[in-house]
Amino acid sequence: MKFSVLVSEGPYTHEAADTAYNFTKAALDKGHEIFRVFFYHDGVNNGTRLASPPQDDRNITARWTALAKEHDLDLVLCVAAAQRRGIADADEAKRNGKDADNIAEGFRISGLGQLIEAGIEADRLVTFGD
Amino acid sequence: MSDAKRFLYVNRKAPYGTIYALESLEVVLIGAAFEQDVSLAFLDDGVFELVKDQNTEELGVKNFSPTYKALGDYDVNKIYVEKESLEARGLTIDDLQHLTYEDEDDDWAEKDSIRVVTAAELAEIMEAQDIVLSF
Amino acid sequence: MLHIVNKSPFERNSLDSCLQHAVKGSAVLLIEDGIYGAMKGTQKSGTVEAAAKDLKFFALSADLKARGIDQDRLIDGVEVVDYNGFVDLVAEYDKSQSWL
Repeated sequence: MKFSVLVSEGPYTHEAADTAYNFTKAALDKGHEIFRVFFYHDGVNNGTRLASPPQDDRNITARWTALAKEHDLDLVLCVAAAQRRGIADADEAKRNGKDADNIAEGFRISGLGQLIEAGIEADRLVTFGD
Repeated sequence: MSDAKRFLYVNRKAPYGTIYALESLEVVLIGAAFEQDVSLAFLDDGVFELVKDQNTEELGVKNFSPTYKALGDYDVNKIYVEKESLEARGLTIDDLQHLTYEDEDDDWAEKDSIRVVTAAELAEIMEAQDIVLSF
Repeated sequence: MLHIVNKSPFERNSLDSCLQHAVKGSAVLLIEDGIYGAMKGTQKSGTVEAAAKDLKFFALSADLKARGIDQDRLIDGVEVVDYNGFVDLVAEYDKSQSWL
């Protein structure tokens, strides 16, 4: 079956990012397809490569990146939410006159339409948030 | 429209205390371009989103409540407000903004977008959807 | 429909609101802090026990274990599932709604 996942909370403060990751991984391991993981609200903070959690903690962003690499996952950060919260790729940084970008490998930035499309194209949409 | 999916946006949070009400509205506006069958539900503290006379000048954030009035222009005209949630908060429909749309199937007559429904009715509306998005 | 509740019923009304809007034959999956709603002998147990006549209740094992809640502390009839079971529930029911 084809699933889409919506992540509406950032990493570490709330469990949503962990639950979403564990759900996505389990779905892939069971042979389901993940059409897209869309990150909205503070969820876009899952996609910064600048986070440095302690050695004995999980690295939530690196975990998404590894899962994306292994399964060719489409990890999409909402552009409007990302701009508000200072998450940028090279193009976004340039367009908004910033001196750096911070998006992690495996993520891309795109519009909210990608969330609607994720709902239309998948058999199920599951939301994780606060 | 026959293969359109039924999208319900569920709003259960008050405005300004958190960003969810505003960013939910942004999804609705973008989603309207996809020609799906769209409905909005306001229940629990979500009914506070529609209260009229919101003034954010002193707070210093954008007052996004006028945007609800524009929903009719985006063909978003099924707005369900839960009766029990209004009553629990001492509100009536008269405390809410008057939201309307022009019905193209009825010579563009202006009609009310808001329908006050009971929790039991809203439960059936939720059950009839393809996608339920909560923010 | 699969209803997903991730809030403690002692802190927020998500579980109450969910139960008011879940039609007969639906399932309720309790995850994260929502698992506290599955405990027996609490102020909230009665609501869940009454609703269990018409609804199926599930609780996520990872969240129970993380919080030190043994399975024998759960209301009779609440089924414990792991993440694989979570995935199966999402597939089994035609849609899901998260009561954030």
